[in-house]
Amino acid sequence: MISANLSAIFYLVSGVLFILALRGLSSPETSRQGNLFGILGMIIAVTVTFFSIGNFSSGFIYVLLFILIGGSIGAFIAYRIPMTAMPELVAGFHSLVGLAAVFVAISAFLNPAAFNLGTPGNIKLGSLIEMSIGAAIGAITFSGSVIAFLKLQGIMSGSPITFKGQHPLNALILISIVIIIYLLCSTQSSNLFWILLAVSFLIGFLLIIPIGGADMPVVISMLNSYSGWAAAGIGFTLENTALIITGALVGSSGAILSYIMCKGMNRSFFNVILGGFGATEQSASSQNKEQKPVKSGNADDAAFLMKNASSVIIVPGYGMAVAQAQHALREMVDTLKKNDIKVSYAIHPVAGRMPGHMNVLLAEANVPYDEVFELEEINNDFSNADVAFVIGANDVTNPVAKTDPQSPIFGMPILDVEKCKSVLFVKRSLSPGYAGIDNDLFYKENTLMLFADAKKMTEDITKALD
Amino acid sequence: MEIDPLIFRLSIFVLSIFIGYYVVWSVTPSLHTPLMSVTNAISSVIIVGAIIAGLSGDSETVFNTSSIFGFLAIALAAINIFGGFLVTQRMLAMYKKKKKDK
Repeated sequence: MISANLSAIFYLVSGVLFILALRGLSSPETSRQGNLFGILGMIIAVTVTFFSIGNFSSGFIYVLLFILIGGSIGAFIAYRIPMTAMPELVAGFHSLVGLAAVFVAISAFLNPAAFNLGTPGNIKLGSLIEMSIGAAIGAITFSGSVIAFLKLQGIMSGSPITFKGQHPLNALILISIVIIIYLLCSTQSSNLFWILLAVSFLIGFLLIIPIGGADMPVVISMLNSYSGWAAAGIGFTLENTALIITGALVGSSGAILSYIMCKGMNRSFFNVILGGFGATEQSASSQNKEQKPVKSGNADDAAFLMKNASSVIIVPGYGMAVAQAQHALREMVDTLKKNDIKVSYAIHPVAGRMPGHMNVLLAEANVPYDEVFELEEINNDFSNADVAFVIGANDVTNPVAKTDPQSPIFGMPILDVEKCKSVLFVKRSLSPGYAGIDNDLFYKENTLMLFADAKKMTEDITKALD
Repeated sequence: MEIDPLIFRLSIFVLSIFIGYYVVWSVTPSLHTPLMSVTNAISSVIIVGAIIAGLSGDSETVFNTSSIFGFLAIALAAINIFGGFLVTQRMLAMYKKKKKDK
């Protein structure tokens, strides 16, 4: 058994290692080392916990057993999961953090003595407040992430679910959570503790159902943030520095990502979490459905255009992920490069279903990361490029975001593909994108629509290029 | 008058939020997905609390209601720790620079 002071120092060390783990992510070169720091921090934290309890009886065996069970499941998932399913995986993992926080809080509530928090029915006030906040946020994280997971996995429809009185109801529940916590802390009643958990599960569920599929980048980041605050809440209860530091890091990390995602859509955070976006706009688009002429082409036309180009910019979107077209895309690009055509990739901040989604898929397909550019880095290059190859993206290229103040996406930063000499759109149909608005680019003189599955079309173009 | 230890923890918390703020802004956008998976893994350091909960029983009764929740939390957090770090490692291994000799 080691002293409380010594273990606190070790927890501090592991907290610092976690900071270094995030620091490493500032560039791909240092990131792998950063991840090792993270692992080391975790090993230190777990080992110190064992030594500070100093109980190596039969319970210890069970702890190892459960770590082994969980660890094998986790490792199995980590190796088997396809990269396209990363958003679902992250949502799933968030739900587990949330649930673990809830379980730890329950355990501490039932047996406060084990945590030095007092006795059942007489838990220290401060600890009880921290515990109930941690438990409530954990429960919200859990049920919210489960809904996000179901929506991303396609088990539940990605379209927003709205009903009358939704916002007042949610507001009422959130206020009641605060009241329940207050009552719980003044009465120490265990019934109130269970009610608190039930209500928190409910609100997590209600908060996420009105949010549509394409807003998932914000939702996932937000839940990421919540899981951090839940961990911090439990950290205060357990008086554990490693947990407090980590909770704060993760909490602010998720908050920043949510902010970046909202900015990428030019929408306020509240506009996103209040939900319902996309559903209300569909009526607007169906009104002006006059037939406009569209130029559509086949793989040979596309190959011809690209072969005569000297530079091509690829704009991938969620459609590429759905069609799993990233490998086919890279093969096409390899062929283009053989013909001395300069190729780069342009990534919109909200492309895909989670922050950085496209970058991971391109990395998986062995696209060097120094050919992949963010919006600000590449947007000026479109006017000098010959061909923009838009694969599975739509709204993020829609010039209406600049021209029409009435449009729901007005003000959203877009990739200026319209400035290219010619634009190729790989799309299944003319259907409007997620925001439910028509894309003027489809009808432009220099746009060629390629109606097909993204993967098949890309493969056909590669064949036609040879 | 002595300062409540809570204030110290609060200070750590607030300063860590600031550290998180600056560190995360310096993360390159192309690594935002690994950032999410690694934050997932490290927030599972909550396993520390789960272990304390799991070992709260005495040597005769390993399992009581409180410790069972602890053991379940250990398993959940372990899924996240192993899954989170390994999937991050897998993703990061894919980020390669352009080969010069091609």
